[in-house]
Amino acid sequence: MSEESIISLKNVNKWFGDFHVLQDVNLEVKKKERIVVCGPSGSGKSTMIRCINRLEEHQEGSIVVDGIELTGNLKNIDNVRKEVGMVFQQFNLFPHLSVKENITLAPIWVKKMPKAEAEELAMRQLEIVKIPEQANKYPGQLSGGQQQRVAIARSLAMNPNIMLFDEPTSALDPEMIKEVLDVMVDLANGGMTMIVVTHEMGFAKTVADRMVFMDEGKIVEEASPDKFFNNPESDRTKLFLSQILHQ
Amino acid sequence: MNEMNEVRKPPVATTGIIGWLRINLFFNWTNSLITLFVIYCLYQFIPWILDWTIFSADFKYNYLGEQITNQEMCSRNLDPENGGACWAVIYVRFYQFIYGFYPKVEVWRVNIAYAMLALALLPLLYAKLPYRKYFLYFTYIFPVIAYFLLNGGLGFTEVSTNKWGGLLVTLVLGCTGIALAFPIGIMLALGRRSKLPVISMMCTLFIEFIRGVPLITLLFFGMVMLPLFLPEGIDMDGLVRVLVAVTLFQSAYMAEVIRGGLQAIPPGQYEAAKSLGMSYWRMNLLIILPQAIRISIPPIVNTSIGLFKDTTLVIIVGILDLLGIGRGTLADTNWLGLSYEIYFFVSLVFFIFTFGMSRYSLYLEKKLKTGINMGAD
Repeated sequence: MSEESIISLKNVNKWFGDFHVLQDVNLEVKKKERIVVCGPSGSGKSTMIRCINRLEEHQEGSIVVDGIELTGNLKNIDNVRKEVGMVFQQFNLFPHLSVKENITLAPIWVKKMPKAEAEELAMRQLEIVKIPEQANKYPGQLSGGQQQRVAIARSLAMNPNIMLFDEPTSALDPEMIKEVLDVMVDLANGGMTMIVVTHEMGFAKTVADRMVFMDEGKIVEEASPDKFFNNPESDRTKLFLSQILHQ
Repeated sequence: MNEMNEVRKPPVATTGIIGWLRINLFFNWTNSLITLFVIYCLYQFIPWILDWTIFSADFKYNYLGEQITNQEMCSRNLDPENGGACWAVIYVRFYQFIYGFYPKVEVWRVNIAYAMLALALLPLLYAKLPYRKYFLYFTYIFPVIAYFLLNGGLGFTEVSTNKWGGLLVTLVLGCTGIALAFPIGIMLALGRRSKLPVISMMCTLFIEFIRGVPLITLLFFGMVMLPLFLPEGIDMDGLVRVLVAVTLFQSAYMAEVIRGGLQAIPPGQYEAAKSLGMSYWRMNLLIILPQAIRISIPPIVNTSIGLFKDTTLVIIVGILDLLGIGRGTLADTNWLGLSYEIYFFVSLVFFIFTFGMSRYSLYLEKKLKTGINMGAD
């Protein structure tokens, strides 16, 4: 790639036991680019983005995030994690802390931000995800959609350059999917670099700069949304799209 | 319209006292029969136990009005038909039960230590205590103060631990064992789950070894073998040796209890903490342990109560705790044969403490439940 990449995966390989979950994965992501990754379950898409902030360790190849190569070096890993925010399918809010404490915890303890400043920041982030009134509730008292929006606010409070979304709407009731997607669209329009694993094709068409289709641990097709949806090259992609769009 | 909206009340027969009785005690004929049988047993037992422990009992004087100084003067020994428990033995030996053989001139120090213990527990018991933070500071330094107060030093005359006894020893062993075992247990539990094989193996070995050995063996080990490991010339106090054994024993159990709590924490919690850039220690201190300990409160209190009662085993290495003083009193010819009274009293004191601990755990569970939903729904 000629332009500077903020994320660069080169010949990444990973095995779970004998299972070859990532096979020679190559991906370059430019600053402010929005990538949507899709593919059948078990295709390695979650594993791939979890390698980007080292929740999973890759065994071969190289991953460079914002100029930092991910190796066994703990300091590098910490630095990458400060750059990269992540939103999970199961929200993973901290149930013993209030919404506000969930958001302020990392800024206070990791970034050493004064408490008052962190709380102000938390309220700003809650405004962005449109639930400032829930600040003093506990995660267990919120709906799934609200919890996921808190999770997004929690990641944003660390002021990341890159956001990873691992099937952020898959655990939600249909009625709540839209409220989360709206927040993600706002984020995309604000110029955040995003990699989103999702099956929400409507979302993909609206915001994606590039679609990545994975199957059996390999990237099968990479294309602009227009080409991907209207004129895909591989038969595997065509089959997948026909199943997901005409169910 | 209004009538339609009126709230319908449940049938009378299912609410109030009568409803409760019907549902819980007289639901069908077997249920009623059991209820009647239990009432009959209570009717037989309660008057008898009240009479024995209170109405016919001697507290200080026997039924002739004489002050009791030995077992022959107890009403029930003077006249077997007349008289219940002879609590005078507790009255006469009360000092020993509470302080052991602590010198009488210095006993105010123990009293202050008891009062300070209550004060130190206060902020743990009442979360809403005003100025709780400052009370907690006191709780942290209390062990140091208590050490100098009880043992001597800093201007206090030294009172050798072989003069300590009774409730004093029971509380020192119980409180120190529980308080020290908690942090050690946490470290062992984290260590056992560590990804570093050397640490994990060492912790596992330690836990399995200590758990595999009876407490009595550990006590003998502390008494006999611990001095062998120390450099020559350093003489370790007997009570300290026992304390080391008790603490090691308790921390192994505590470690397993906390490990159970750690295993209940979903992996997503670790991942979320890591993705926010938290280090191993921050993640555990701020996210994982608070949740794991919360889940483990019932078993933590359970093992703590177990330890509190197990401290009575120190009698075997010659330290006289509450039960030890009781046994000693029984061996005194003056008080021969008063085992009911003495064991009843010792049991009651243990019960008061352990029941308090159990209520405290219920209170904690209730307090910490606020808004907690571990995502199991």
